[in-house]
Amino acid sequence: MPTVSVKRDLLFKALGRTYTDEEFDELCFEFGLELDEITSEKEIISKEQGDKKAEGASDVVLYKIDVPANRYDLLCLEGLVRGLQVFKERIKAPLYKRVMPNGEIQKLIITEETAKIRPYAVAAVLRNIKFTKDRYDSFIELQEKLHQNICRKRALVAIGAHDLDSLSGPFTFTAKRPSDIKFKPLSKTKEYTACELMNIYKTDNHLKHYLHIIENKPLYPVIYDSNGVVLSMPPIINGNHSKITLNTRNVFIECTGTDFTKAKIVLDIIVTMFSEYCENQFTVEAAEVVFPNGKSYTFPELAYRKEMVRADLINKKVGIRETPENLAKLLTRMCLKSEVIGDGNQIEIEIPPTRADIIHACDIVEDAAIAYGYNNIQMTLPKTYTIANQFPLNKLTELLRHDMAAAGFTEALTFALCSQEDIADKLGVDISATKAVHISNPKTAEFQVARTTLLPGLLKTIAANRKMPLPLKLFEISDIVVKDSSRDVGARNYRHLCAVYYNKNPGFEIIHGLLDRIMQLLDVPPGEKKGGYVIKASEGPVLRPDELP
Amino acid sequence: MADGPVADVLLRRLEAADGGLDSAELAAELGVEHQAVVGAVKSLQALGEIIEAELRSTKRWELTAEGEEIAREGSHEARVFRSVPPEGLAQSELMRLPSGKVGFSKAMSNKWIRVDKSAADGPRVFRVVDSMEDDVQRRLQLVRGGQAEKLAEKERSELRKRKLLTEVGSWRDRPFKPYNFSARGVLPDSGHLHPLLKVRTQFRQIFLEMGFTEMPTDNFIESSFWNFDALFQPQQHPARDQHDTFFLQDPAEALQLPMDYVHRVKRTHSQGGYGSQGYKYTWKLDEARKNLLRTHTTAASARALYRLARKKPFTPIKYFSIDRVFRNETLDATHLAEFHQIEGVVADHGLTLGHLMGVLREFFTKLGITQLRFKPAYNPYTEPSMEVFSYHQGLKKWVEVGNSGLFRPEMLLPMGLPENVSVIAWGLSLERPTMIKYGINNIRELVGHKVNLQMVYDSPLCRLDAEPGPPQTQEAA
Repeated sequence: MPTVSVKRDLLFKALGRTYTDEEFDELCFEFGLELDEITSEKEIISKEQGDKKAEGASDVVLYKIDVPANRYDLLCLEGLVRGLQVFKERIKAPLYKRVMPNGEIQKLIITEETAKIRPYAVAAVLRNIKFTKDRYDSFIELQEKLHQNICRKRALVAIGAHDLDSLSGPFTFTAKRPSDIKFKPLSKTKEYTACELMNIYKTDNHLKHYLHIIENKPLYPVIYDSNGVVLSMPPIINGNHSKITLNTRNVFIECTGTDFTKAKIVLDIIVTMFSEYCENQFTVEAAEVVFPNGKSYTFPELAYRKEMVRADLINKKVGIRETPENLAKLLTRMCLKSEVIGDGNQIEIEIPPTRADIIHACDIVEDAAIAYGYNNIQMTLPKTYTIANQFPLNKLTELLRHDMAAAGFTEALTFALCSQEDIADKLGVDISATKAVHISNPKTAEFQVARTTLLPGLLKTIAANRKMPLPLKLFEISDIVVKDSSRDVGARNYRHLCAVYYNKNPGFEIIHGLLDRIMQLLDVPPGEKKGGYVIKASEGPVLRPDELP
Repeated sequence: MADGPVADVLLRRLEAADGGLDSAELAAELGVEHQAVVGAVKSLQALGEIIEAELRSTKRWELTAEGEEIAREGSHEARVFRSVPPEGLAQSELMRLPSGKVGFSKAMSNKWIRVDKSAADGPRVFRVVDSMEDDVQRRLQLVRGGQAEKLAEKERSELRKRKLLTEVGSWRDRPFKPYNFSARGVLPDSGHLHPLLKVRTQFRQIFLEMGFTEMPTDNFIESSFWNFDALFQPQQHPARDQHDTFFLQDPAEALQLPMDYVHRVKRTHSQGGYGSQGYKYTWKLDEARKNLLRTHTTAASARALYRLARKKPFTPIKYFSIDRVFRNETLDATHLAEFHQIEGVVADHGLTLGHLMGVLREFFTKLGITQLRFKPAYNPYTEPSMEVFSYHQGLKKWVEVGNSGLFRPEMLLPMGLPENVSVIAWGLSLERPTMIKYGINNIRELVGHKVNLQMVYDSPLCRLDAEPGPPQTQEAA
């Protein structure tokens, strides 16, 4: 869940009133947000790096607010305020408009070299915007939040924002050999080739996480203006030339990526959020993107979509009985402008470009329920009549574990994942003989394989509890996993029972006795006859007679 | 106690002594009660292999008051013998002597005297022998002289029967040590169930009481298809990242998928349908085939619902499961790479959010949690979704206790469930309520081989609805 950090006083100013922390927490809860932490820059630094470093840092109160992962429209102060103000019916949701420029439209031409690495791009212009320090910071922060979330750490989409007045279109989005790309990147004082930059950024705590996206590709994506000035080398870094400042009035925004839908959503979110500060509020200047096939598209889409939902469907899914008019009012409070039409039971809902999360009627139902107030919904019990059944394997497990304890053995609970060594080398077995499933991305050796036997876990439990008085009598009834090509996934669980007796003397008769007891409980008679059990000696590698005392 | 002064002296003496010490002698020497020395020995023994002790019983004998008298003055029978003059004595007169009654029969059986019943003035007693040995007196004198061991066992026991001799320290004469009710008793030898699994048993019980049927969950390995795609979780979702999920190298891919259904899922993701816009991206079968360790038991729920959808006509169900799930996450004091997920699912015609809340209220009431409130939330496969919060008396704040919602139509309809069937579901972890219940701060002490076995031995019964602590107030949320 993304966390958005906003200055409390700035937030209250924008909301037009103040709240106590409790009141604001309550409001968040109702709206589906979570006031996660109340802190300050000073507090954060002092917590992470010590009081010394925090000296002189700002002690402006910050609210850290958890935002649902699908609500990209709430990832900045501007969006949060707009959402809450509409929710509280203090303002109406703005209508976002795309406008054509007075002069020539800004063009971004995609060349076919990008196809293999980053095939999509969209663009737009924020005209006559007025930044302040706080607005500028929020603008940068929103890009970062989008990069971390919907953009999947820039893998799907990367955003570049540029001072349009420092550039001259049309722009070209192409891909070149890294050695052929040379420019002065953001906050550097000289030019580097792309190869050099990739090396430099290997030690950059922020940028090093994105290098892998293009690192091993023969061509790197790059955007030029008509004079050959580099705007950006997505998804790594922008050029320093077109860097936006507090004085920037016209912003050219490009989003490049591998997911066209997400690139369009990201662009829509940025321009809807920050067109608030344009001279013509909530208007966005269009830009044209020409694809390698010659087709050209105008962005941002800022598409409004109409959905039709019957009022009784909403009532039926939520479990309330509201009039269609009331439901329309509730939805309008969620930035979904709605009205009752047709037979008086139909609600027409306008989905704004900010709400890409609304993809089905069920999303609309949820918003109606949120506006109604989850905690105002009458709780009822379904009349669903069913007979309960236990899963037979679990039923037997439950019965048996109680009797294992009654037999004086204590239940252990060990990990299903372990190292290759645990199930093979340490037991004197070759790993290839185990039929174990192997994990491809373990962070440590503890998670290399799923266990094929419960024994290592019990032995490790004993090893970790040597301070306990003897004897230790342990058991576990749980699942192990082995490959099995007859199963759809190629592996299956088996439920195993394992018991260990640990004392100064071997006490084989005790484990033998336990086995007899288990067989007795399972109603399996001893003896060679059919349905009976016998114990036979085997040359297992686990128990080595020469090592027994 | 072991570090008391007696134990201290005992250890010093033992170090100096050759061949051990006698506790009784030491007690006498130190001028303390013998029990004090015995106590010191016991507590030193309890520490392990510090001292060795063996139990020796020595019996000591002493004379009773009557025995003392006899040792001094002779036995009753001897005194009777001596009182009889050569000319004899009237029996009636003899009987009036202090030792008469007891001494007469003994002297008779010793054949020291005889009775002449035909004497003129009543029976008369005469000596039979001129002299006799008073063995009783002699033996008692030996005992008094500390030489009881010179007597045969039989002789001693005869004297004891005559209450002339008594065993020193005989329990009859001794005051009993009072019971120490403030000390701990000796715990019986027993096996123990693991606390987390005791809580699991209770959760199973609650579901069964509520009429929920247990789903099979005995398949840790799942395909991405069942774990994610079937749940309408897009292929670029962060949960499908290498950083969050354990993928398999071998077997790397699922061998079979239900292809008809897979196509419906693919279409819903990439183009929409069933009233949905879809996610509008290129859905890849390869991605769906990737095997993994299931990240939630909802994968098993998806399989169960798919089986339900294929059974016609539709019958309403209530399902539950409690089993392990795996996350490739950063580990800390409350997070491990594997944990247990509890899940409840109800499918029926016309279920509402109000029904979900009603079922949750009943479920949590059985856990002893009565103050609930619900927060809008986001889950990829439920809509509407709600997080369940309960008021924590100890922390004095609302804490999240579970997650819930109605499964998305994009998940249910491709399975083939009827359109007017809603499925409500909720989930929570087993570890969290267990850690709260048993006051455990570090999850490693609870789950895995680093478990604290003493904690397992000591953990009380799991009675979820009988939680001690401050009473829940009736105030509304």
